[in-house]
Amino acid sequence: MTEELIIAGFGGQGVLSMGKILAYSGIMENKEVTWFPSYGPEMRGGTANVTVILSDTRISSPIVKHFDSAIILNQQSMDKFEKSVKPGGILLYDPNGVIHPPQRTDINIYKVDATVTAVEMGNPKVFNMIVFGSYLKIRPIVTLDNVEKGLQKSLPDRYHNTIPLNLDAIRKGQEIVELVQEV
Amino acid sequence: MELKDLIKPENLVYEKSKVQEDTYMHYCPGCSHGVVHKILAELIEELGIQEITVGVAPVGCAVFAYNYIDIDWQEAAHGRAPAVATGISRLYPDNFVFTYQGDGDLASIGAAEIMHACNRGENILVVFINNGIYGMTGGQMAPTTLEGMVTSTTPMGRNVDLNGYPMRITNLIAQLPGTSYVTRQAVHTAGAVRKCKKSLKKAMENVLAKKGTSFVEVVSTCNSGWKMTPIAANKWMEDNMIPYYPLGDLKDSVKGV
Amino acid sequence: MSEIKLMKGNEVLAEAAIRCGCDGYFGYPITPQSEVMETLMMRRPWEETGMVVLQAESEVAAINMVYGAAGSGKKAMTSSSSPGISLMAEGISYLAGAELPCLIVNVTRGGPGLGTIQPSQADYFQAVKGGGHGDYKLIVLAPSSVQEMNDFVNLGFELAFKYRNPALILTDGALGQMMEKVELAEFKPRWTSEEINENWGSWATTGKPASRKKNVVSSLVMGSEEMEANNLRFQEKYRMMEEKEVRYEAFQCDDAEFVLVAFGTSSRVCQKSVQIARAKGLKVGLLRPITLFPFPKLVIKELARKVKGFMSVEMSAGQMVEDIKLSVYEAGSNARVNYFGRMGGIIPSPEEVVEALEEKFSWEISYGVKRSY
Repeated sequence: MTEELIIAGFGGQGVLSMGKILAYSGIMENKEVTWFPSYGPEMRGGTANVTVILSDTRISSPIVKHFDSAIILNQQSMDKFEKSVKPGGILLYDPNGVIHPPQRTDINIYKVDATVTAVEMGNPKVFNMIVFGSYLKIRPIVTLDNVEKGLQKSLPDRYHNTIPLNLDAIRKGQEIVELVQEV
Repeated sequence: MELKDLIKPENLVYEKSKVQEDTYMHYCPGCSHGVVHKILAELIEELGIQEITVGVAPVGCAVFAYNYIDIDWQEAAHGRAPAVATGISRLYPDNFVFTYQGDGDLASIGAAEIMHACNRGENILVVFINNGIYGMTGGQMAPTTLEGMVTSTTPMGRNVDLNGYPMRITNLIAQLPGTSYVTRQAVHTAGAVRKCKKSLKKAMENVLAKKGTSFVEVVSTCNSGWKMTPIAANKWMEDNMIPYYPLGDLKDSVKGV
Repeated sequence: MSEIKLMKGNEVLAEAAIRCGCDGYFGYPITPQSEVMETLMMRRPWEETGMVVLQAESEVAAINMVYGAAGSGKKAMTSSSSPGISLMAEGISYLAGAELPCLIVNVTRGGPGLGTIQPSQADYFQAVKGGGHGDYKLIVLAPSSVQEMNDFVNLGFELAFKYRNPALILTDGALGQMMEKVELAEFKPRWTSEEINENWGSWATTGKPASRKKNVVSSLVMGSEEMEANNLRFQEKYRMMEEKEVRYEAFQCDDAEFVLVAFGTSSRVCQKSVQIARAKGLKVGLLRPITLFPFPKLVIKELARKVKGFMSVEMSAGQMVEDIKLSVYEAGSNARVNYFGRMGGIIPSPEEVVEALEEKFSWEISYGVKRSY
């Protein structure tokens, strides 16, 4: 198994930390992991994206042209990465930040209304965990047990009290994800 | 009375320090370096710190300082002695580490390193020989060259419009809170040598007491570079250098002020 | 039990330094490696192991602090990125000339000049041909994973002290910023004064005990005959490194007709290129030099006798390709040596490497034989 995923959105949406939690959860499953962020001037207040690769074998290139899956959280990222999903691959997006929905007909498309749900849950910060939950529902590459362990590893001790809330958000995301198009 | 009758401990009035190497110096006759080396060797012996002393030699005439004093030495790149001394001193905080630098090394190419080492209050002694000229490379202008002074790169005399002003870097150093003792001395007379030795001793004791940076400038002659006899050079220094670089303590306080 | 963590390459450099008993880190901030010093400052190793961490006023000062510490027998290191390494070049030459062991890390970015902050390999020549003035070589290690970023800190120090020569880790912003699974090393204590005196007492300026002559750390020699004798000794040392310290990794080279040669980040890309090319029926392998100096000449010479060609894949304008050509020439082989690369901070994609290979070796691929000239 190898999963090559891009997570892309605005800085501040928790893009990088979602990737980090996935990577840590992968380690808990004894997988090889690579987390490779875009870095550079565009990081500051602009778009942020991270490539996460999980594999049962040694990981080769951190530079990926065609992804198995893409999580897209704003329009700029949609413009940039919709075309980078492999035919038959997965695109998950939040319609809240996306004006022009994806047009591809050769990929599986899912959406999650995570921005609204996070507000409804009373904590906009769990936005990224709702999205993460939706992704895990579509691609159950790590178990929820290991996600919990990943959270423990990746969050500083002072935030460990937020783990139940994060897990709730993940479960919520698993419930509310909607299939838009299947190929 | 024969010579052998005279050579007795009770008749001894002067002895070369054992810390000073038994070798000829390469310095020109009349140069101040030899005197300052001698004082340092004597003080290292008197304070009993030969085993914990590490010197950092500069690029300049004193590049071979390591041939004359029997301690561990490092030879630094031009101007970098304070950074090298920082590396040694930080990892051997109980050792006595000093740099020995000329005006080109310290005030020109190494201006950043000396400022920041002093500003951090590195626990080291800096010995700064200021003779207003680059001696080793053949008499070029130094940052401390006086206005109107002829050097090989200011053949018409230093022109401040072109070359800027002679730099009193020791005054700048004295402003830095990291320094505890900053003084300007000379070694052109017996009295000056005694005073300079006293200052260097105090500076060394400060370092041994971990009081931060101690900085001793020695206004010096370069009779070869100045193209004068040693005696004329001493006179010229008194008449020209010392009025611009007046002798005395610039700072004597505790670190942090 | 060893610890498994998810860490950035830059963070791992700091952690590995603490764990391998490093005595002092001296650095100056520059993107994309400032996390090395930031991580050290957060970790506060001076409380744990006594390791000193100091932010210098410039790269020039940092490398000279390393000189001072290394000259007194301590494990000292610095890290920087391309423009900063250029500033350190003077000090590195002095370290090599005074035969001082230390570790330098270059987390490379695109140049020349201020360039970009994105990953690059354009400092290859600077790293392997010396970089500063005079005839000298550094031991150059090129990690290709966060795990190797960890492992090569200790290895770099070991080799540096074995040969009394500076070692350099040549990595790039991608490996510095990337997080991967890493197995951290066990803590090793810092050397005691007794160990330093016993092992390095013949040259280190620890303060001169009455029992030995003074030690003078210097690169200055007045006589040209004496300097040439020094140079010959250095060259012999570099020759010994070439004989004993070459490290490389070969992927699917046994039956390869074409061999990609790449190090660091571009070698990761090429692993995937090999898979893509093999899926297309092309017999492609990858040779990954781990030591860039000493360069793995012998294995290239052996491969040169059986393959149709090499392609150097670089994030630079064709630097390592020259070393490959020299090795192929020394082997008396007419295997063709091509180059493909991206510059300015761009990492080539695995697909474009394969396209370049197909284009540059189109004759050999079409006719199935080695082209002769």
